[in-house]
Parts: sequence; C-alpha cells; structure tokens
Amino acid sequence: MEKEIKKSSLKVSENGLEKTVSSKRLEVLKTYKIYIGGQFPRTESGRYYQPVSASGKILANVCLSSRKDFRDAVVSARGAVSGWSGRAAFNRSQILYRMAEMLEGRKAQFIDELIQQDATKAKAEKEVNLAIDRLIYYAGWCDKFQQLFSAVNPVASSHFNFSVPEPTGVVSIIAPQGDSLLGLVSVIAPVIAGGNTCVVLASETKPLCAVTFAEVLNSSDLPGGVVNILTGKPAELASWFVDHMDVNATIYCENNSETKKMIREKSAMNLKRITFYDKINWYTNEGESPYFIMDTQEIKTTWHPVENIAGAGGGY
Amino acid sequence: MAKAIAKKKPLAKKSNTIKLNFDTSWEYAPAPESKSAATINKQYDLFINGEWQQPSSKKYFDTINPATEEKLSEVADANAADVDKAVKAARNAYDKVWKKMPAKERAKYIFRIARIMQEKARELAIVETLDGGKPIKESRDFDVPTAANHLFYYAGWADKLEYAFPNRRTEPLGVAGQITPWNFPLLMAAWKIAPALATGNTVVLKPAETTPLTTLKLAEIIQEADLPPGVVNIITGAGETGAAIVNHADVNKIAFTGSTNVGKIIQRAIAGTNKKATLELGGKAANIIFEDAPIDQAVEGVVNAIFFNQGHVCCAGSRLYVQESVAKEVIRKLRDRMQSLIVGDPMDKNTDIGAINSREQLNIIQKYIAIGKKEGAEMYESSCALPSKGFWCRPTIFSNVAQSNRIAQEEIFGPVLSILTFRTDDEVIEKANNSPYGLSAGVWTDKGSKIFNMTKRMRAGVVWANTFNKFDPTSPFGGYKESGFGREGGLHGLLPYLKLIN
Repeated sequence: MEKEIKKSSLKVSENGLEKTVSSKRLEVLKTYKIYIGGQFPRTESGRYYQPVSASGKILANVCLSSRKDFRDAVVSARGAVSGWSGRAAFNRSQILYRMAEMLEGRKAQFIDELIQQDATKAKAEKEVNLAIDRLIYYAGWCDKFQQLFSAVNPVASSHFNFSVPEPTGVVSIIAPQGDSLLGLVSVIAPVIAGGNTCVVLASETKPLCAVTFAEVLNSSDLPGGVVNILTGKPAELASWFVDHMDVNATIYCENNSETKKMIREKSAMNLKRITFYDKINWYTNEGESPYFIMDTQEIKTTWHPVENIAGAGGGY
Repeated sequence: MAKAIAKKKPLAKKSNTIKLNFDTSWEYAPAPESKSAATINKQYDLFINGEWQQPSSKKYFDTINPATEEKLSEVADANAADVDKAVKAARNAYDKVWKKMPAKERAKYIFRIARIMQEKARELAIVETLDGGKPIKESRDFDVPTAANHLFYYAGWADKLEYAFPNRRTEPLGVAGQITPWNFPLLMAAWKIAPALATGNTVVLKPAETTPLTTLKLAEIIQEADLPPGVVNIITGAGETGAAIVNHADVNKIAFTGSTNVGKIIQRAIAGTNKKATLELGGKAANIIFEDAPIDQAVEGVVNAIFFNQGHVCCAGSRLYVQESVAKEVIRKLRDRMQSLIVGDPMDKNTDIGAINSREQLNIIQKYIAIGKKEGAEMYESSCALPSKGFWCRPTIFSNVAQSNRIAQEEIFGPVLSILTFRTDDEVIEKANNSPYGLSAGVWTDKGSKIFNMTKRMRAGVVWANTFNKFDPTSPFGGYKESGFGREGGLHGLLPYLKLIN
C-alpha cells in the first residue's frame, strides 16, 4: 500500500503540478473482510495473510480465517436453513436472478480484480460474463429440477406414494483455487438453488473476487447466513470443514489425493455427503447441470393410504 | 336449542372400545407350516464363478434356528483368498460377458431369476423363517414376494436406462461388493442384486452370518437360471469376510445394509479409493400421533411399526410421540392390543412375533430394557408365555420416556417401544428431528394439511402418513443424516450403480 502512495505522489511530481497535489485525491483502499451471517466481520483470530500477484504485488491484507470463524459461519448457515429451504422455489429463483443483476452491475470491479490477480483483460471479461450467465442458468433451475428428479411411484398396494428431492442442509465448500470467480459461483449456485445454505472457503491465492462477490450477495435479497464466505488456507481449514458435526455435506474442488482421503475418512463421523469436483472445466457446459444441484439433495419418499372401499374401481 | 346445548354438561370421556377379553376358551389351534416342503443341505460351499467351491480354509460354521437353537446347516467361512477368487470371477464376467451382453438379454436373465423365486416361494419362506426366526406369515406374505417383485421391477429397467437420467448416458461401475443384514436376508439380497445386474454390474454378495440360507438358496436359483458364471457370486462368512470385500482393490462399489457403526468403518476404509458406496444404516424413527388421528388405526399402525419382524427393522417406529390429550387412551389401547399378539413358534401361521434372531441380539435388547428401567421409564410387557428354548423377547413398551434417555436416542433393534408425549406441532418436530438418524418417520392425523406440514418437516428418507412399514420395489428407500446415503428401490435406486456420462 505504501507503494501505491509513492506511485501516485511520484506521478504528481513528474507532471510538475505542485499546485494540484491537494486536489489529487488519495485512492481509498478496500479492506477485504469475510462474510458471515450477512455481515462483514474481520476474522476473530485477528490474523491476516498477503496474497501476491505474479509480479509480486501484494493484493491486500486478507483475513486468515480460523476454525472459530468456520464454526460461527456454520451457526449462521444452520440458522438460515429453515428460512431459505422454506422459501418458495420461485422466490429462490428470483433471488438468484437478482444476484446475477448485481454482478452484472459491478462487472468492471470484478474484471479489475481478476486482472490484479493476473488474468488478461479478455480472460477476465470472459470469466465475469460466464459467472453472470451461470447464475442466470441456476436461477432458472430453482423451480424446475424438482420436477425432473421427482417421481410418483406406482406401488402395488393401495397407497399414494411420491419421491421428491429436498436440500440436505448445511454444505461446507472448499472452492476451486484456480477460477476464483467462475469456480466459486459455479459451486455456490447449485447448492443454494436447491435450498441449502453453505460456508465457502475462497481461493487462497486469489481471494479478492470472493469477498466482492459477498458484497453482491449482500445486496441481492439473499438472506444473511445462506452463503458465508471465508478467506484463508485450505491446508489449515479443510479438516474442520469436514469435521463439524452440524454440517451435512462437503464439496471439495481440488485434486489433492491426500486431502480427498482425509475428507472421506473424517466424513464418516456423521456420514456427510461428499462430492469431489476435481476435474471439471467450469468454462464449458460441463460446468453446469441440474446434476450439480442433485449432489446436495436427499430423496424423500412419502406414503399415504388411498381409501379402498367398494373395490375402488376407476372413475371411468 | 342453543340454550339446551349450552346447558349440557360435558360428558366424562367414555371409552368406546370394549376391553378385549382374553380369558376365553377360544384358542387358536396350532397351524404349523411344514418343514418338509423345504430342502436344506447339510453343508453349503461358496458360490463362485457359477459353481460351488470349497472354502480355502476348509472351515465351516453352523447356522441355527433361533427358535429352537437347533443346527440347520453349516456354511463355508470365506477368507480373503476366497473373496479374491470371487472378485476375479466377477471382474472376468463383467469384462467378458455381462458388460457386452445386449441389455434386453440381461433383463431376461433377471426376469427368469424372479420367476424361479416365485415358483419356489413356499420353500424360500420356510427356510427364511427357520434360519431367521421371523413369523412364517411375514416371510410368506412379505419377504419372499417382495424380493421376487424387486427383481421383476429392476429386470425391466435393464434396457431402459437411457430414459432414466435426462441428457446423460449411463455406464455400469464394474464389480459391486454387497453386504446384507440378518433381518430381511432374502429381500435384502434382492434389493442389492436386482439393481446391480439391471445396470450391468456384476456382484460379490455376502449375507449375514446368522442367516445365510435363503441367499444360498438364491444362488441355487441363479444357477438354475443359467446366469453366466461369475455374474453373481455368493460367499459366506462374518465381519472379516465383509472387510475383505470392502478392502479388495478391484471392487468398484460397496453396497452395505447394517449398523451405523459398521457403515462408518466402511466409509473410512474406502477413503482414498474411487469406490462408490451406498450405506443403508440404523434408525430411530419417530412415529407421531396427533389427537385428531383415528386412534384405533393408529394403534394398529404402532403395533406394525415396532413389532413387525420382532422390531428387527432399521426403519422401525421405535419412538412414539403421542399428543398429550390422547396419550392415556393410546397407551391403554396399545397395552390391550399387545396382549393379543401371539408370540411363539415362527413356523405357526398364526404367530405375530417370532424369535429374536440371535443370542447376541437378545443380549443387546435385554441390555436396553435394563437401561430403560434404570432411566426411570415405566415398563409394560405383554404377559405371554415364552417357549423354553430359543431366543425370545416379549413385546415391550416404555412410557414416561424423556427425550434424553438412551432408549429414546439409540437403536434397540427389538420389540421395544419408547413412548414420549408432546403438545404442539413445533415441539414434536423439534423432538422428532432431534436424532442423529433420519431413515424413516410416521405421522397419524386426519387433517390433510397437517400431514403435509409434518411430512415435509421431518428429516427422514421415508415418511409414512397414516400407515407405517410399507415397502414396494418402485418406492425409493434410504436415509438422511447418519442413517446412510443412496437409495434402493425405484428409479432413484439405479443411480448408485451407474456412472453418468455427459
């Protein structure tokens, strides 16, 4: 940050505009905080880390989230499950669409941050555009996937029997490290489209967009606690993400076989549903489908007797 | 008129049921099913690659009739070498035959197995009852027909998989290692084998060590049906044999039905592999009776929920929540009804409650009954006489149970019911969902909107409204939370055996 200030004062002197020094305003730098329960606290640990760009520039002082932050986030996420899953699917759809609108409106900021995180302008634009479109895609699914994956089951006895998907509950997500915006959006959207809530660990090395995305969420009528975003180190936090007894499912998006093994082992504690998205190209159609939604759904089957009087013949 | 009504004193609530009188000279005459309609070999080998093979250890263990403690037969004890043989046979059959076979032909084999099962239904029911202790009327009317129907159902899926998953192609996983429990041995074998074969996988299946006989009979049927060698391999043994299946490097999928503890061990064991798993584990189902429910039907439902198959049912309704206003009535009627349950010889067609599956399980149930008493709950058991030999437990209920009591939290897996009371909808939902399990649940009320409110909010994979313990091949079954994952039955039961290709 000191560098920034020097640079701007240098510019001033280069131009020889001594008089305008006072009118040249100093850039206000953003503090990148975490997002828990619809609020932007700093990590309770008071720790930070400094991700750097390829050129060695420090991106920001980013919160180095702790296990306690994660636990706080799970409390928020758990508290939000009932309200969010209880919303009409149509309403969830509207909110996801609203998220896309907000993202579109702040496109420039995201492109700028992606460029700071070493993307070319063209690639940054592409990533932001795809992220917006992905939200629209899942906004559309919110009230449709249920019909696709439900069934009325023709049981042999005199019962009405049907099976429907329901959200599994709280999902902990270790987001893709590479595609820091598109990957993040692609894993969050199907989870919340299906009525779950989540705690997400953003890309460690490229965390800027994740925090800014939290601001998008915050202005999209998405209830606080539905998505909670932490920044920090997967190596430190992954085990807590899968250890927690009040988490129903874990999604892991990297291909570290040791971590994958650890996740599956620890998931046994309360039989979390585990999904690995380790080989998915988020830039293609492979990166979106209703099957991603189904990865954090449970199938519930309901039975009720049908009155069987007078032979219960057809009404023909 | 209005005045008259207003003046009318509220009547003391009168019971409209007459207490059943059991002191009658009318008795059920014994109606035993005949053992002679079934053949049980003296000894069973392992069914590997389409033939019966001796275990490499040459060791056999006894399987007994839990109602008499008499030895029925002895079965091979498979070790890791036998498991390896079976997996190799399954892999070979998968690569060379089953994967390549047109789906329509695959379907016909499964249909054929189902048909032979129907033809041998009586024999299978007898063997099931002898080996496991369940009442013959249950094995005859439920276990065996439902098992055959399951195969029929999935047989028809084999050549229709492209319709099951929109916008995706499907591929089988390869070799499925399957481990079944002792409570519904043949039915669980059908639940495992049917979807696996229909989706093009081959199978190594191990039945529980106390109830292997009907699964071995199924192996005979498979042989009779001329299923290509190695497509289904059946090996017997205890926990170690199961572990050898789970840990075998060339198994692609594990399907397990059993205890939550073992399920967790399996989940840990396959960490670091690409094995897919379906776990169908324990339960502690809440069964909720509201004051507006048809009480007599609800009591019948409670009896079916907890005493079906001696309570050896993972989805048994073992936690009864009764709305306070009707609790006394429900408990009184339940006690009356329990008195009329016939406990005894499983081979008798009148028997309602048969033998406990094993001495080990009886010990567990008795341990929990002692815990219930110690916790201060009020115990009531039917006064029925019990046979002197075999493993038996009277139908038992505990009332005045607290939510925190172990008998309200832990799975007992026997004919023991814990009764709790509640006042409001929100309270009972809170209590019902306060369990690490989530396999099944039940609700009894006459109000449609309340049914849907409750069934939606209960965190369980199968919810029965105004009924309980109903099963069907078309109906997906499986749990939430620590009751496991994956579904068996219905369209949803195909997915655990398939890869979806974009």
